[in-house]
Amino acid sequence: MAAPVEANLWYIYENMFRSRLFEEAISRAWHEGRISGEMHLSVGEEAIVAGTVLQLQAGDAMALDHRGTAPLIMRGVDPTLLFREMLGYPDGLCAGRGGHMHLFSKEHLAASSGIVGASGPAAAGFALANRYLRPRKVALAFFGEGAMNQGMLLEAMNLAVVWRLPVVFICKDSKWAITTLSASVTGGKLGDRALSFGMPAVEIDGTDVETVWKAAHEAIDRARAKKGPTFLQAACRHPEGHYLGDPLLRIARHPVQEMKKVAGPLLKSVTKLKGASAIKRSGGLGTVTSLIGQTTKEQVFDHKDPLKIVRGRLKAEKDRLKKLEESVNEEIGKAVEGALKSSN
Amino acid sequence: MKTMTFAEAIEEALARAMAKDKRIIILGEDVQMIRVNLFARFGKERVLATPISEGAFVGAAVTAAMAGLRPVVEIMMVDFIGVAMDALLNHAAKVEAFSGGKWNVPLVVRTACGGGYGDGGQHEQSLWGWLSHIPGLTVVVPSTPADAGGLMLAAIDHQGPVIYLEHKLLADYWLDYVGAGGRKTVTFDVPDQGARGPVPMPLEPVPIGKAIARREGTDITMAGVGVSIHRALEAADTLEQQGFSTEVLDLRTVSPLDNETVCGSVSKTGRLLVVDEDYRDFGLSGELAARVLEAGISVKYDRICTEQTIPYHRKEEDRTLPNTGRIVEAALRLLKR
Repeated sequence: MAAPVEANLWYIYENMFRSRLFEEAISRAWHEGRISGEMHLSVGEEAIVAGTVLQLQAGDAMALDHRGTAPLIMRGVDPTLLFREMLGYPDGLCAGRGGHMHLFSKEHLAASSGIVGASGPAAAGFALANRYLRPRKVALAFFGEGAMNQGMLLEAMNLAVVWRLPVVFICKDSKWAITTLSASVTGGKLGDRALSFGMPAVEIDGTDVETVWKAAHEAIDRARAKKGPTFLQAACRHPEGHYLGDPLLRIARHPVQEMKKVAGPLLKSVTKLKGASAIKRSGGLGTVTSLIGQTTKEQVFDHKDPLKIVRGRLKAEKDRLKKLEESVNEEIGKAVEGALKSSN
Repeated sequence: MKTMTFAEAIEEALARAMAKDKRIIILGEDVQMIRVNLFARFGKERVLATPISEGAFVGAAVTAAMAGLRPVVEIMMVDFIGVAMDALLNHAAKVEAFSGGKWNVPLVVRTACGGGYGDGGQHEQSLWGWLSHIPGLTVVVPSTPADAGGLMLAAIDHQGPVIYLEHKLLADYWLDYVGAGGRKTVTFDVPDQGARGPVPMPLEPVPIGKAIARREGTDITMAGVGVSIHRALEAADTLEQQGFSTEVLDLRTVSPLDNETVCGSVSKTGRLLVVDEDYRDFGLSGELAARVLEAGISVKYDRICTEQTIPYHRKEEDRTLPNTGRIVEAALRLLKR
């Protein structure tokens, strides 16, 4: 798959579309209450995932975070197995013992973790083993920009540089760490941090799969050539917020209904005797309202969909596109139907 | 049989295993100096020096093990394990369960533990109870050279993560490295039988999860691991002079505990005195009581453990760690009850 991105665009779109359809099915099952716990989807990250994962070879490894669905689907994990894992069935990918944040596929050397930043050390270890056992094979580390304040990730970057490990650090920069704006809790620039460890840092638009592919291609080549790790910072959006049912997004989407629950206690807290000064209180209230406002603006109105972008480049061949989408639709429909069957 | 020091036996085990299996690598801080013989024999690719960065290199060792290597990762002292805890608690211990039994982590975490040489409370802890609390981790603590070598072989062969705790009073090079510093002007209460002794040649793996009676007796059972075993044996000599017969059980593995041997011994003696250098509360000593009670055995029970942050002052330190005097006193109370 080392061919130029242009030659692969249909293949790439097919994978992104498959992942999106699959995650939409997960979202439905989650809303229906069939899937327990939290649910962090890769929706919005598809260009970053496709632009990197689709370039991997047998023996390459992936250290995934809590959004492992798209990377696993695009790496070729059986969607039915994956869906049954989400449902917690004993014949799911991980026998129903892992769940969506703890997905593992040994044959793909793919390991997830729900601990923010843990994919850094994990990728370093995969890359270390590859150096001994599978020369020229690489490891990808996926994490969000919020993980860039986690010590173990930064330590892993240093380790990867001093050991010249074949790692590509892929920072999916959505600008938000759950409900905190990452810029408000992060000193300096992320790329500068990576540079200071002595590795190249590339900042790219993570919604454009062709851009991601080209940057990743260089980074993966560099890793295979034993020249060490690269840091890719790819901007993206999470249209579903941090996870399904994101509270800020709920307020942004249904302000009247959702604010009713929040407003009462909030106003009471602002007016209660004892506590911070009036100025600080109104400042605090302002912060909360501005976060909600920003969420509304970014997530609801300013949403750049990586699928739409790549689809736009293919739509001249209308029939081919239609055929492809129908075929993937049917495939995922069957996979999900199969997964839901015998569910009782 | 060959007479060896505790440290030599561990090195013998590693050298044998590394010569046979190229997937075994050692990584950790200062290992090219601390394991200089292995470094000289196997080279810098197999004895890999790390930055002071446990959060990264222990985490990396976990996935390296998942991807086919057999790493022996060193955390210089178990006290420093805090910064690497995520790799053990949330990753090494859980991968097998999370993957539905499809993927395992054949990792050895080798780390020095224990006090009695005046290094203070951030460098002398035991912590095997804390580590054993986590499902998915195996925790071994040898007390003799033969077990030190044999348990290292078993740990390397094991299919899951093993924490291998090596007491600094037993491993002479550690004492020299962190306590004596080449001086002849300081002495420590080193148990001779633990620091040096016969080791089978060729070295045999010691099964994980099997306790052994270091001394057989009928009136009271003392159980523990590491240096505490030697303190208990000394106490047993004193008790013998007073006409009491003591059984001393060396658990050797903290997790999984050898219920059968413990319960068998306590059924016979009716008394259990746990001697544990680790912290008293929520640890090995309480766990042993629970196991015996769960088995429906009625028992007279007490424990001698470390009850507070280990003080720097040498005399205070000796009073804080389980010492022979405290053990004899507690045993006599139990025997007369």
